[in-house]
Order: sequence, then C-alpha cells, then structure tokens
Amino acid sequence: MKHVLESVESQFEMFQVLNENGEIVNKDDMPDLSDEELKELMRRMVYTRILDQRSIALNRQGRLGFYAPTAGQEASQLGSQFALEQDDFLLPGYRDVPQLIWQGLPLYQAFLFSKGHFHGNQMPENVQALSPQIIIGAQYVQTAGVALGMKLRGKKNVAVAYTGDGGTSQGDFYEGINFAGAYGAPAIFFVQNNYFAISVPVEKQSAVKTLAQKSVAAGIEGIQVDGMDVLAVYAVTKHAREHAINGDGPMLIETLTYRYGPHTMSGDDPTRYRTDELNDEWEKRDPIVRFRKFLEEKGIWSEEEENKVVEDAKEDIKKAIKEADNYPKQKVTDLIGNMYEELPVNLQEQMEEYKEKESK
Amino acid sequence: MAQMTMIKAITNAMQTELKNDENVLVFGEDVGQNGGVFRATEGLQDEFGEERVFDTPLAESGIGGLSIGLGLQGYRPVMEIQFFGFVFEAMDSINGQMARMRYRTGGAHNAPITIRAPFGGGVHTPELHADSLEGLIAQQPGMKVVIPSTPYDAKGLLISAIRDNDPVLFLEHMKLYRSFRGEVPEEAYTVDLTKADVKREGKDVSIIAYGAMVHSALKAADELEKNDIDAEVIDLRTVSPIDIETIIESVKKTNHAIVVQEAQRQAGVAANVVAEIQERAIMHLEAPVLRVTAPDTVYAFSEAEEIWLPNEKDIIEKVNTVIDY
Ligand SMILES: Cc1ncc(C[n+]2csc(CCOP(=O)(O)OP(=O)(O)O)c2C)c(N)n1
Repeated sequence: MKHVLESVESQFEMFQVLNENGEIVNKDDMPDLSDEELKELMRRMVYTRILDQRSIALNRQGRLGFYAPTAGQEASQLGSQFALEQDDFLLPGYRDVPQLIWQGLPLYQAFLFSKGHFHGNQMPENVQALSPQIIIGAQYVQTAGVALGMKLRGKKNVAVAYTGDGGTSQGDFYEGINFAGAYGAPAIFFVQNNYFAISVPVEKQSAVKTLAQKSVAAGIEGIQVDGMDVLAVYAVTKHAREHAINGDGPMLIETLTYRYGPHTMSGDDPTRYRTDELNDEWEKRDPIVRFRKFLEEKGIWSEEEENKVVEDAKEDIKKAIKEADNYPKQKVTDLIGNMYEELPVNLQEQMEEYKEKESK
Repeated sequence: MAQMTMIKAITNAMQTELKNDENVLVFGEDVGQNGGVFRATEGLQDEFGEERVFDTPLAESGIGGLSIGLGLQGYRPVMEIQFFGFVFEAMDSINGQMARMRYRTGGAHNAPITIRAPFGGGVHTPELHADSLEGLIAQQPGMKVVIPSTPYDAKGLLISAIRDNDPVLFLEHMKLYRSFRGEVPEEAYTVDLTKADVKREGKDVSIIAYGAMVHSALKAADELEKNDIDAEVIDLRTVSPIDIETIIESVKKTNHAIVVQEAQRQAGVAANVVAEIQERAIMHLEAPVLRVTAPDTVYAFSEAEEIWLPNEKDIIEKVNTVIDY
C-alpha cells in the first residue's frame, strides 16, 4: 500500500526552466517570449528590488507605514503577473504590492496604502484588483466568487489569488479551491512558499510534502514550481491561465521561494528563527542573478542597461513619495461618509460632530 | 516587588501557571521559538518545552477547535489570537461552541479555556489589527471578557482566567503593553474576575471605563480637579459580566456618570452599562448618563486614527456636560 500512498507525492516534482547558473534545463517548456519581453521581465525584477530597498529605507525614516519586504520573491511575483492580462482580476496578500504596481497601480498610491490612507486602496479604472488582503486566506474564497462571476458573465479572464505557505492552513484556503473546483471557475490560486509564516517553518505548518498536492483534495490541477526561476513561473502561470479560460477549471500553483528580509518592518527579527546558512543557500538561487546570467549569455543585457533601470526606479520613487506626502490627509469625516451609500441618522449626527472637531 | 511592563506581567502570569499546573498549555501562531509577535510568550518554550508551549499552523478556527478538544481532555488551554481582528475566523469556536459547552452538556463538560489577544488602537497597525471587538464576545452568555489596565491587574487577572473553569477572553491593549511599568509581585496571586476597581475616589461624577481608556479617564480626572470637579474613576476590568454593584454604589454617591469606551458607539459595552444604571439608579441621577466612544465607522485607517479615537479632552467635555446639565 505504501507505494500507492507515495504516488501522489511523486506527481509533484518541482518544475524548472532556468537553473541556478542561468542555464536552460527544460527546453521543451521554454516560454515563447521575445527578446524585448525577456528584457522587460528583467527590468521589472530589478526595479522591484530597488523599490523594496527604498521602501525599507523610507519605512525606517518614518515616511512609510506598514511594509512587507519582497526581495527574493521577484520571480514568483512578477513572473506570474507578466503572464496575466490587463482585465484579469487580482486578489493579493499584503506582500503582493509589486504585482499591483505592474498591473497599473501608481507608485504613490502604493505608498498611500502603506501609510494607511484609503486612496491607496482605490484602484485605477483599468486595474481589476482588490487592495492587499490582511486576513490570511480571505482572498481565496473571494477569488472563487470573482472567477465564478467571470464564468457566468462569459468573460475570457481569470481571477488570481496570492497567499503564502502559511495561508494554506486556513479553512478559507480549502473552501476557496474546493468551490472554484466544484464550479469549474477560472481561478488561479498562487501559493508563494517562502518557507516561513512569520517564524513558523513550513514543516511545522503541515505534514504535507508539497503544498501543490493539496490540489488533489479539491480535484483541481496543482504544480510545484521553482519560484526563483522567473521563466518557469511565467510558463506555469500562462498555462494555468489558458487552462482556466478554456473551461478546464482552476489551478493551484506552489512556488518555492524565499523572502530575504524580515516578515514585515513592524518589529519582526528573522534571526530568531532563521540561520545565516539558510539565508546564504537561498541567496545563491537569486532570481535576478540567475536571469541576468541568462540574458547576458544571450547578449541582450548589460551593466549599463541595468544601471539605467536602477536610476529610473530611484527617480520614480522619489517623485512618488513626494506625491504621497503631499496628498490630502484623510479625515474621519471621509471615513464616516464612506460607511454606507446613504448616511444613516447616527452617522449624520456624527458627521456634524467630527466636522466641528476637524475644523478646530 | 518588581517593576514590570504589562507585557512582562502577562508573560510572568503564564510562566507562573505553567509551573503551577501541568495541564496548562500555551499555543498559537508564532508563540514558540519566536516568543509571539509582541514577545508575550518569550522564553516559555525554552523553559517548558515544545509539548507545553507550541506554534500552531496558521488557522484561528483550528486553534479554537483545538482548545475545545484539549479542554475535553482535561487540559487548560491558553490560546493566543495574534491580533484580535483575526478573531472572526474563530468565532464559531468561541461564541458558537466553547461558550455553550457547559450549558449544552448540562454541566457534564466545560471549556476551561483562556483566549489571549492584543487589541485596541492608537499604534498605527494596518487594517483589521486594531479593532475593539469586545462587544461581540461580551454579548455571548457563557463567555467572560476581561480587559486589564495595569501590570498588576494583568498578572492577577490572567492567573484567575487560567484557573477559571469557564472560557475567558483576555484582551490586552496594545498601547498599554510597554507604555509604563507598575509593581508586580513575583509570586502567584489572583485578582477577582467579578469585581470592578475604583481607581480614584471622587464625589461629583463617576467615570466608568476599561482598558486604555482608564488612563485617559484618570488624566481627565486630574484636569477636572483643577476646576473643582472631583471625579471617581471606575475600571470595569471585566466587561462581561459587569460588576454593576460597584457602579451603582458610585452613582448613588456622585449622581452623575459617563461611560467611556474606545470601541464604536453602537451597541457594545458602554450601552449596556448605561442601561443598567438607568434601570437601577434613575432616581439618583441628576443628568442623563453620557457616553464617550469612537464614531460608528469601521476602525479608522492609520492616518486618521488619532482623531477617530476618543481621548481625555472628549471625556472632560462630556463630564462638563453632565455636571452643567
Ligand atoms: C487570519 C489571520 N491570522 C493571522 C494573521 C497574522 N499574520 C500575518 S502574516 C502571517 C504569516 C503568513 O505567512 P505566509 O502565509 O506563509 O505568508 P508570507 O508572509 O510568508 O508571505 C501571520 C500569522 C493574519 N494577518 N490574518
């Protein structure tokens, strides 16, 4: 019987296109991307790494609020986002701000989100997304709903949820993948397995060998991907998207990745639960270094080009943080006005009260 | 006696009870090696081992259900909800299940569970981290809801909660964790879960508060004294069930009362206190009992939270209104 039980796990071997040395190890699945597109992927990863570094610095200076570092996860975040279309609907977690930015959320709004201003949650008209979810797993059940809605409306789009490894322990995770599976809804459930849910390593999170195999219980497709390999992540997401749109149901994607920084900038100390050796091991798999090698080998990337991206990013960030700083402060009366479509009596009264308080 | 912050007093209470009773188990997200995101369980896993102090998978509903099950096996679970805003996932376990265990089994089973959670605002957390949801659980018969305002009370009340054979929600205001120190005995002691505390005696007005608002009320009382208004400040400590006797005794003396809560105005603990006062002591009142609360919106986004939260100025204003009525 043992071999029967083991057979499920054997179906979930990690998928890779580009190895740690930037060599193609899986020609058959090399995505069909032009040189320009390949360079764009690199540009986005480098830009996002700089954005992460600057955001951490701005947070330390007190110019940003809540911030969850992203360095290390660029391939997972941006490889998947690059495979999406503009009208696909994103339901991200608190760490998934880069996907929103590349989907079209202006940087200054991302900063306002960090500062705890609701304008940071108001997506531009061309961006189909909710702002980052704080409640772990809530986006999974909601994604099933968005995807079912798309199916009922006959849209050719997908709904995409992002969580981490810890998120797969929540009941909402199972309910979301199960509902989407039962309805054959066009959803992509994206688990960025960065090995730690704050301090808890994935082996303590669950006895499961891969998170991808949780798809089996919902009867949907699942795959584990090298999350430091931007080409693999892109290829798998592209496949999942087509699969979903063709009516073949949702897919669960697990990417193996790592966050280099602390969990968030609000007091987490990763030295309490991670070793330098583990950090070094993962930095050797860095998605940017690996992809740079690949592009340089192909002769389509140079140091100058990369420096230009770095300078552009810094310039954009400087402008955006100024814009965020100068954006009108939100008032309690704004919040009162947003509670209902029409103000009920209790809030009418309180509106007057707080108008007076704010005018002082 | 040692000087401790509230968070140290809380750690100390758990340590005391882990030592005192081998049935006490402490668990939740990140409470083990990491010592909790606020460090409330710091050092406990090292001292008591992974069987007694442990990390759970990331699932509040699971944590709640696990507590009920362990309780049925004779353990005394002390479960942590990392931030109280995440309690919704565990609401069935709390309000739907543990609160009615004794009731539905005719006393054959109980749920000797303590739920600890940081709550309250003013520390610029992201959305859903700072809500004051005590009213939701206070409305559930079968639950006790305890909110300490000092390090001394925190230790004594938490030990009482852990020893209590019924489920107790123990809410720790984030702003009070490290904002000041107080005297806390090293040894085990309990503080009665059924008694409010008269923090300051006065004859002109009763200010009834709990949690961080007790400190705002005390500051307001100092200010009011400069204008010859002598305020009595009552710390409820347990918001469900409420020690109504202490309150009525005070109102009979002062003939004026206001109730202060950080939570939104609609429903909630303050509304209940006002109702109790008017039912039992209306003939002793010289003015309506007024409330100081946050407005009826969802907890404010970080940038607006300072104005949104009630403060000592609001308290002074309301006191003046009832005194001048
Ligand atoms: C319902 C809920 N419970 C707990 C938390 C607190 N919390 C925030 S992030 C986190 C760990 C999440 O880990 P994982 O899902 O692996 O994502 P990662 O942060 O690693 O990207 C926890 C416990 C929360 N935000 N929501």
